[in-house]
This record gives sequence, C-alpha cells and structure tokens, in this order.
Amino acid sequence: MTAYLIRDARVLGGEPTGILVRDGVIAAVGANLDGGDAEVVDATGLIALPGLVDLHTHLREPGREDAETVESGTKAAAMGGFTAVHAMANTDPVADTAGVVEQVWRLGREAGYCDVHPVGAVTNGIRGETLAELGAMADSAARVRVFSDDGHCVSDAVIMRRALEYVKAFDGVVAQHAQEPRLTEGAQMNEGEMSAALGMTGWPAVAEEAIIARDVLLTEHVGSRLHVCHVSTAGSVEIIRWAKSKGIQVTAEVTPHHLLLNDTRAGSYDPIFKVNPPLRTPDDVTALRHALADGTIDCVATDHAPHPVEAKETEWAVAAMGMIGLETALHVVQEAMIETDLLDWAGVADRMAYAPARIGRLSGQGRPIEAGAPANITLYDPSPRRAVDPAAMTSKSRNTPFAGLSLPGRVVATFLRGRPTVLEGKLQ
Amino acid sequence: MTAAQSAAPGDPAGKAVLEAPDIRRAVTRIAHEILERTKGGADVVLLGIQTRGVTLAERLAAALREVEGRAFPWGSLDATMYRDDLRMKPARALGRTELPPGGVDDRVVVLVDDVLFSGRTVRAALDALNDLGRPRAVQLAVLVDRGHRELPIRADYVGKNLPTSMREKVRVLLDENDERDAVLLEGK
Amino acid sequence: MNRHLISAADLSRDDALLILDTAEELSRVADQSVKKLPTLRGRTVVNLFFEDSTRTRISFEAAAKRLSADVINFSAKGSSVSKGESLKDTALTLEAMGADGVVIRHGASGAPHRLAQWVRGSVVNAGDGTHEHPTQALLDAFTMRRRLGNLEGRRVTIVGDVLHSRVARSNVLLLATLGAQVTLVAPPTLFPVAIGTWPCEISYDLDAVLPKSDVVMMLRVQQERMNAAYFPTVREYSRRYGLDAERMARLPDDAIVMHPGPMNRGVEIAAEVADSVRSTIVEQVANGVSARMAVLYLLLGGSEPAIGKEVSA
Repeated sequence: MTAYLIRDARVLGGEPTGILVRDGVIAAVGANLDGGDAEVVDATGLIALPGLVDLHTHLREPGREDAETVESGTKAAAMGGFTAVHAMANTDPVADTAGVVEQVWRLGREAGYCDVHPVGAVTNGIRGETLAELGAMADSAARVRVFSDDGHCVSDAVIMRRALEYVKAFDGVVAQHAQEPRLTEGAQMNEGEMSAALGMTGWPAVAEEAIIARDVLLTEHVGSRLHVCHVSTAGSVEIIRWAKSKGIQVTAEVTPHHLLLNDTRAGSYDPIFKVNPPLRTPDDVTALRHALADGTIDCVATDHAPHPVEAKETEWAVAAMGMIGLETALHVVQEAMIETDLLDWAGVADRMAYAPARIGRLSGQGRPIEAGAPANITLYDPSPRRAVDPAAMTSKSRNTPFAGLSLPGRVVATFLRGRPTVLEGKLQ
Repeated sequence: MTAAQSAAPGDPAGKAVLEAPDIRRAVTRIAHEILERTKGGADVVLLGIQTRGVTLAERLAAALREVEGRAFPWGSLDATMYRDDLRMKPARALGRTELPPGGVDDRVVVLVDDVLFSGRTVRAALDALNDLGRPRAVQLAVLVDRGHRELPIRADYVGKNLPTSMREKVRVLLDENDERDAVLLEGK
Repeated sequence: MNRHLISAADLSRDDALLILDTAEELSRVADQSVKKLPTLRGRTVVNLFFEDSTRTRISFEAAAKRLSADVINFSAKGSSVSKGESLKDTALTLEAMGADGVVIRHGASGAPHRLAQWVRGSVVNAGDGTHEHPTQALLDAFTMRRRLGNLEGRRVTIVGDVLHSRVARSNVLLLATLGAQVTLVAPPTLFPVAIGTWPCEISYDLDAVLPKSDVVMMLRVQQERMNAAYFPTVREYSRRYGLDAERMARLPDDAIVMHPGPMNRGVEIAAEVADSVRSTIVEQVANGVSARMAVLYLLLGGSEPAIGKEVSA
C-alpha cells in the first residue's frame, strides 16, 4: 500500500503541518516529517478534516437503482469528503432483516469508496406495527446500531417505547423521523404564511415538536438513547435543549438544506425544494444554526435523497420529497456556519465527523487526526467559490436544491484508511 | 396662441394648417354636403370612429341640427378589434361602440374620422359595421385627407385635402379632447 | 419571456382596471347582431382541464370563440393523462400544436406555474387546487363594479371555507389591489393559520359584519369537510355561517349577494336569497364570459401581452 506525506495541511484550520499516512493509519503528524518513499501530496492552503461521517443517507439500493446505487452513492459521498455513511432502511425490500442489511453492507465493501453502515428498520416494512428483528440486525455482519423507520414516523407510542427499550441490549439508538401523521395528512410544505399564500396543505411545526416531546419523555422513562433525525424547527430545538438539560440521552441532527434554505423557495412551485420535513421559515433557519453552534444539535446529516428527473419534473403535489446533499454538505456548512463565524473548523470536524461517529458507535471513524488513528482524512480548500452545477454531480441523481447557488469550497482529497478515494478533486 | 405657449412642455409643436375657425367652417360645409347628397338626410346616422372621429360626429350632428332644426342620430364606433395591425403592438385599451337607438339597419351611415391616411382604420370600421347590422349605404366624412392610400378607399366628404410627405405627421386637436382646435403638420 | 395570468397578484392596479374596462366594452358584443369579433383569428387557445368544471370550461370556450380563436378542448378524462402522462409531456404536446394560450384547470396548486415554465404560450389559471382562480375574481370585481360603481373603499365580506378556497384567495388579492376593504368570515378552523398576513380583516361572527357590507360573497362549503372535523355538522355550519332571508335583511339597502357557484342551496345560501333581487349569481355567469374575453384579448391580441407576469424557468 502506498504511503502518503501530506504537506503543509492546516489540521482543523490550524498552522500548516505534515501528516504521514502509512498502512492505513496516521503514522505521524508534525513539521519536517521524513516520508521516505511516501508519495507527497501538497496541501498548501488546504484544511485537513477527519473523514466526514453521514448519519443519514439514502442509497436507494436495493429497489431504486435508477436513482442511486450503493456504488454511485458512495462515490458521491467520497467526492463530498465523506468516509462513512449510514444507509437508510427505506429501500425495496426494506432493510428490516439481517439479510438485507448484510447485502447493503457487502455492496459498500465491494464498492470501496466509503464505509457503508446500514440502518435497520425499527418496524417490519417500516409500517410502524411490529418490531423488526433488531437483534438479528445488530448481530449480523453489518453490526447495525442505528435503527430508523425514516420516511415514516414511529408514531405508535407503545411501539416507540418498546423499540427504545429493546435496543438498550446492544447499545443501539432509535433515530426518529418525528412527524405526527394525522397532523400532516397531505402536507406539502411548512404551514405558515407561504403555504397560506400558495394554497398548499401545511406541515405544521407542532407535528414535529409534539413527537420529539413525547419521545424524549419516553427515552427518559425507559433510560434509553434517542436520536432525532433532521430537526427543522425552532420549537424542536427548544425541546431538545430542555431534554439535554435534564440529562436525557438525546442527540439530534440537522440537514445542510435546513441550514441554508427557507420556505420562500416554494414560491417557484418547483418541487426541487420539496422535502420532508419541509423547508421552514428564516427564523427556524437561524435557530437551527445557533443550535448546531452551541451543540444542542449534535451533528449535520445530509438526508441525501436521490430521485430520478421525472419524480421532480412535475406539479408540486405529486413530486417526490427529498434532495441530494452528499456533494454539497461541506460547502453548505461552510457557508452557513463558518462564513457566519458560528463555528470554526474544529467545530465542523465535531459536527460532521466526531459526533455522528459517536452516535452511530463507529470505532474506526470520526477520530482526531493524530498518530495511530485510522487515516480517514479530507483535504478541503475553503477559498474558491462556484455555482453548484447539477450536471457535474457524481450522484446518479440531479435533484440538488442548490443548483445555480454560489457556494464556497472544494474537496481536494479524501483518504479512506490511507487510500485516496478522491485526489486533486477527482474520484480515484 | 403665443410662441411661448406653443413651446410649453407637452404642448404639440408643429405648423398649424387649420385653426379653430377653419375647422368650424369645414364641419358646417360637410353638414351641408351631407344634406345635399342624402336629399335632406332623412335616414342618416353619424358614426364617429374612436377617438376624435366621435367628437367630430357630435359636432356634425349639431351642425345638421342647426341647419335642419331637428336632431340627427349619432354614435361611436371602436374598430380596434378589427384592425390589421393589432399584432404589431401590445394589445391596447378599447373605446366605446355605441349605436344610437334604432341602430344602423337600412340607414345611411356616415362614418366620421379626423384624418384619412392609409385607409386601414376605415377598412376596420367597415368590418366592424358589418357585424353591427346592415346599413343601406355607408359614406365617409373626414376632416383631413392627407393622401397615401394603401387600400381602395375614398372619402365622400373632405374638410381639407392636405398633401403631405410620408415622413410628416398630421395631428388633429379638438377642444373636447385636447382643449384646443387645430390641425398641425409636424416633422419633415 | 411571455406573460401569464396565474395569480390575482400578477395584476397591477392598472392591469386590473384595464381588464375591467375592456370587459365592459366587450360585454356589448353580446348585444351585436354578430356576437363575434375577429381579433384572435388564427390564434389557438387550448382548454386544458384536469378537473371537471363544465361551467368554467364553457365560459372560457365561449370567450375564446367570440374572439374567433381556434379552441381545442383537452380534458384529462379518457386522454393520455388518465393513462399516466405527466404534465410536462402534456406541455410538450401543446408546444408541438403551437398553442398561443393555454387555459388550465388542475387539482394541484401551482400546476399552472409549472406549465408556464414549459410552454411558450401564455398560461391562464382557470383554478389550481386550493391556490387561486384569478378570472373568477375578475368577473366578481366586474359584477361588483357594474352594480356598485367604483370599488374603492367598498366593503366586501367573503364567507366560508377560506382555507380551501381558490376563489377567496384571488378575490382578497384583487380586491385589495382595487382598494376595496375585504372581511373574511368563517369558523376559525377554515382559516389558514397565517391569515393575519393577508390584506384583509377576519371575523368569526357573520351577524356582526353583515350590516357593514356592500357585498357579501358566499363560498361553497363542501360537506366532506365535516368529516375532517372542520365543523361539527352541516346544520350547525348553516346556522352560524349560512345566509338566509333573515340575515339578508340586515344588509344595507343596496348591498348585493354573490356566489361563485355551484351553490349548495340550504347550506351556505338559502334559496330565497339566491333568487332575490340582491343576488348577482346569474349575472356572474354572463360577466364571466366578458371578463375572460378581456383577459384573452389582452394576453393574446397584440404583439405581446398587455397584462400579467413573467414566470422564470
């Protein structure tokens, strides 16, 4: 295996230094390293971050290989600076058995661009009725620790309670898609001034907040661990802040799109902006940014949701929900958090690598860049700015809401256990 | 009118070829000609083409009444929707079409307009009239005939024949519309 | 880029007045011996109806035909749409046919907006989901103006299912543009939560508002709303928000009663109210043709539209 000497990288935005990568691990960090026969990577002006970890990715395989495959999705992840992704369970068939999660896990290993950690469904067929074999998925080769019916809420309080209790046996976590189903029947977008003007059925903030409030109380009651997917409202932030202050084991994620876009985008009726939970108000966006900065929200997760062109080139009501995000996540976070001085690069490393790895109980990911750690490294140039071009995406799908938007930064290289998956901005 | 007034902003410049007394005499003369040609004007209906043709039709009706001592029916016709140059400009506001009681069927309709130029407005007015009823005859009265016809149309009654070049512009001002009576020749 | 009429908000005050004035002149065509104008000869207007609405389709068809346009009626039932063709493919078909104007009725809010991004012709929204129905608002304003004169300062009360009503949305926007004072009346369940941002007053009490109304417009209430608990029973709705003869008597002497149709007699409006001299319901139908003729003429009659708004792709 080739060794690499990364020269003059600014680790977490600090002073330029060298990183020697050998045999899949970081051999040394410091100035004036002797790399011997190592291939030199000039990282002058680049920031070195731990390889990014995504807690929330839809890879679509099996079932919707026209939108994305494990291979295309992990290539996109590598291009976005990720070294690990959690593949959501709402595939066809649903990842609710050891067989399906092992298949996805194996496809990830074969592709080799990024670690793929399958998320197991909480209930069979994500129908919310009966618990899936959570233990079998935990014990499988895929070693599932994160369970989610994402796309659907585990709305039945008893099922949710049992799931929270059951996963304690293997230190699992239930990642809830918080959406009260009756309050969101036919919902198209955030309920508020925009939905009233556009004549679209509203998705009220309370439908998210009510479930989060119930779930943190259940979590406290049974002494388990809850993760809240894609938090989107200021009210949700308040509830999570309160729960954390009480010592309840709750973690939360926010998506890049909820950090940058708001519901006025729906005014174009272009369903490229249709997503679940919906884009919220500018006040919500501000609250989410501050919650991510102060740690109330633990991490950024992409909710990368590829859809074929025809699922979005329609009238809003029939369009699919979701947007891709792996290849724009770091750029959006820089725009929303770094350029606004809400986070520094060490903060980004925490929110996009350390924290998600901790929540997913990944041992070989989300480790600081120091000698002895697995060599998962992303080299990032924060200076260039360019317009997002959907046609240039590595993902099979093109449904990015950031098309045409000018965003900062460029992922120059991604190392997965010492092997470059991306070098000089190109997939290896 | 003084030179200072004519140079005021928004006030049309240009050489006056007819002044108020000339216009008054022209209208009176046309009224007499109509009575002569229509043998007393028994079935005459005056229809002014929007906008200044309507003012002239009203004046003609008054002049006829002066001479004959009885009211002459008059109305307005807006031919916008029949114009052949509709698609050369953005759609424009419409004027009022209002026929006098009794309509135009079996009447002698005298179309009245301010300026006869290409003949296209009159062509449109004839088409519009066709959809409003069936007159026994249609005649045309204009205050100014400036020539340059593009269609086989001629006026039966002309206030003034005014030879012009294509580059020139003829503007008719009427007191009711413009607070002044005059016919101006603008540009060269 | 072409201009379209998708929302009543697309119309400036000048646009709206131009449409109303034009409609006034065009209403006289109905009295001519030949009830037709040659204005849109050679223009093609497609009526694209994804929802059944015979009265609106006929009104647009009559308007287009009185202007001599070629009219193609395309209804979703029995067409390629019912076989799963997408709106985009339908739009491409219209492009190939060279449609100059597309009148669209669709169950999804925003469908006309999407269509306008895909076709070159002017799009006229004939009702989209629970969003807007701008030509209904224009014919309503036209009807009010004919009965009451200038709408500046006139008090218009709109009663009913505001939440799901495209008629209410378009009327609030257009009437605000024209300077009228609008009050919406409904049970609180039938208002959008953000109603406070609209350019109008709201009230839950019909009886309090009626004596201060020059116009009262009753909206159709759909009985299936009862099942979603928007109100307890049709009877209770009718008692609190229906217009009967007794309530009508509280209106000022020259106030008028409107309804966009189709009516639920005995629910939101009593038969004796619908048939009273105050009622403009029949006039509204005739006025609909004039208002739609005006819109079609001003969008399609010239070298470029004289009204409406561009939609960016």
